[in-house]
Amino acid sequence: MPTGLPQVQQTAIYVYQAPLRVWHWVNALAITVLAVTGYLIANPLPSVPGEASDSYLMGYIRFAHFVAAYVFAIGFVFRLYWAAVGNRYARQLFALPFWRASFWRELVHELRWYAFLETEPKKYVGHNPLAHLFMVVIITVGGLVMIATGFALYSEQTGLGSWQDQAFGWVIPLVGQSQDVRMWHHWGMWIIVVFVMLHVYAAIREDIMSRQSLISTMLSGWRMFKDDRP
Amino acid sequence: MPTPDTFYEVIRRQGISRRSFLKFCSLTASALGLGPAFAGQIAEAMETKPRIPVLWLHGLECTCCSESFIRSSHPLVSDVILSMVSLDYNDLIMAAAGHQAEAILEEIRREHKGRYLLAVEGNPPLGQDGMSCIIAGRPFLEQLRETAADCQAVVAWGSCASWGCVQAARPNPTQATPIDQVIRDKPVIKVPGCPPIAEVMTGVLTYMLTFERIPPLDRQGRPSMFYGQRIHDKCYRRPHFDAGQFVESWDDEGARRGYCLYKMGCKGPTTYNACSTVRWNNGVSFPIQSGHGCIGCSEKDFWDKDGFYQHVTDTHVFGIEANADRTGLAVAGGVGAAITAHAAASAVKRSQQKNKQGDDQP
Repeated sequence: MPTGLPQVQQTAIYVYQAPLRVWHWVNALAITVLAVTGYLIANPLPSVPGEASDSYLMGYIRFAHFVAAYVFAIGFVFRLYWAAVGNRYARQLFALPFWRASFWRELVHELRWYAFLETEPKKYVGHNPLAHLFMVVIITVGGLVMIATGFALYSEQTGLGSWQDQAFGWVIPLVGQSQDVRMWHHWGMWIIVVFVMLHVYAAIREDIMSRQSLISTMLSGWRMFKDDRP
Repeated sequence: MPTPDTFYEVIRRQGISRRSFLKFCSLTASALGLGPAFAGQIAEAMETKPRIPVLWLHGLECTCCSESFIRSSHPLVSDVILSMVSLDYNDLIMAAAGHQAEAILEEIRREHKGRYLLAVEGNPPLGQDGMSCIIAGRPFLEQLRETAADCQAVVAWGSCASWGCVQAARPNPTQATPIDQVIRDKPVIKVPGCPPIAEVMTGVLTYMLTFERIPPLDRQGRPSMFYGQRIHDKCYRRPHFDAGQFVESWDDEGARRGYCLYKMGCKGPTTYNACSTVRWNNGVSFPIQSGHGCIGCSEKDFWDKDGFYQHVTDTHVFGIEANADRTGLAVAGGVGAAITAHAAASAVKRSQQKNKQGDDQP
């Protein structure tokens, strides 16, 4: 019975709860500020003319970095809390189904989909396995590494005995010395920059080409499926 | 032969006035970051306590620590600091030589068992059974282990003894090893620097004599009164850093104006030492004040951190030397290109599929 109306029924599932969505965008902003200011701390802008007392450029850049770092770190702690009280999809970031064979099978399928070897991807309510793996490695593990190395460097100015020193000061001798911590923290920035590029591209591509919604899901929370096939 | 004279008796015998002695005590108190009230306590300790016997061993090193030590800025040092502790064995300055000198080691070990301090300049090479450093016909490693067995504590002078320094730099052919990795059953106080500042060295010894305990140490075993802050934290050029005023090249206007040397690879922000407060040569200057960046000589493995003249230094992983910025930018560019190519391929694929679907549903 041709009616001219779309015949595919779109099912929708509420996946990302509001606090999680707010966290995602706040985190995205914090990471952007951290990457830009972090790069400028390692490679400062050309010298400012005039008296030193007239400018505070490096000071403001570093201040922005530290504020964004606190937002990122507190957000991380909040995200852990939300994993405990939120819905099941809130837990994916901290739980990789490492021992589940189907996870790895589906991961290969997803890789083949990206290599144009599969005609269509599978449907997932939460993350697809490839995204899931990347999120855990970069955001959870990478985020923890950046928080630990970052606060260790921050403890150098808050001084011996400060809470930053007591909580994270051990990182410096573990890695070697202060310069090593700086360099690993800096490498971490580049890894996150590359991740963000891949993340944004994959989100747009999946939104268009996969069988489910992506970008709008992180705005509204609802996952829409474009077809009813399994 | 060493006598258990007090420090005060020794300096009075050497003709130093009580006034000069008290000046030294208050200077030392402030150098240690203690209040003026402690000057009296230091004076009393020096008047009443027997001098601590110190054995000063030299392993793989360049003797810059000893040279720094005997140039301690306070005018009394040559007469006093050296007699404050009874330096019974120090092959740079002792009169004895040969078997006579080696006999002192035995004697101190026997007569002051568990009381003497062991100061070590340099480090032992562990490779080739320690044959790369021979003292009195035997590997230094043996001498170090024997004298450390009966000492009270070990003072690791300089970056050699603390971290390994140049002889332990990659590939470390003689397997030069810092003291705390060889002597594990005694407290080891690290006084790094290449060399350490003379006032820091005398300050550490004075503290131990006065309070009869090891100074408060940081996580890595360095006295926190001297190594608790970075050069950067107390640098007089810090306002230029905060303002964003940097030397961009050695002969530019910024260099003449004394701007921050951060972009020239100054390691002040990563180096824990007292140079920017105590300074060198009687407080005359220190590297940054002379217009050159800090090279981080008191930091662990500073020889292997690459580029004294770059801030973003190379990272060595699996034998690959890479600069984070250069590599990061290249990888980001590569990934960007890959994304573009993949997106184009995806678009082609999708239009093909659409056409096919169009064919299927006429």
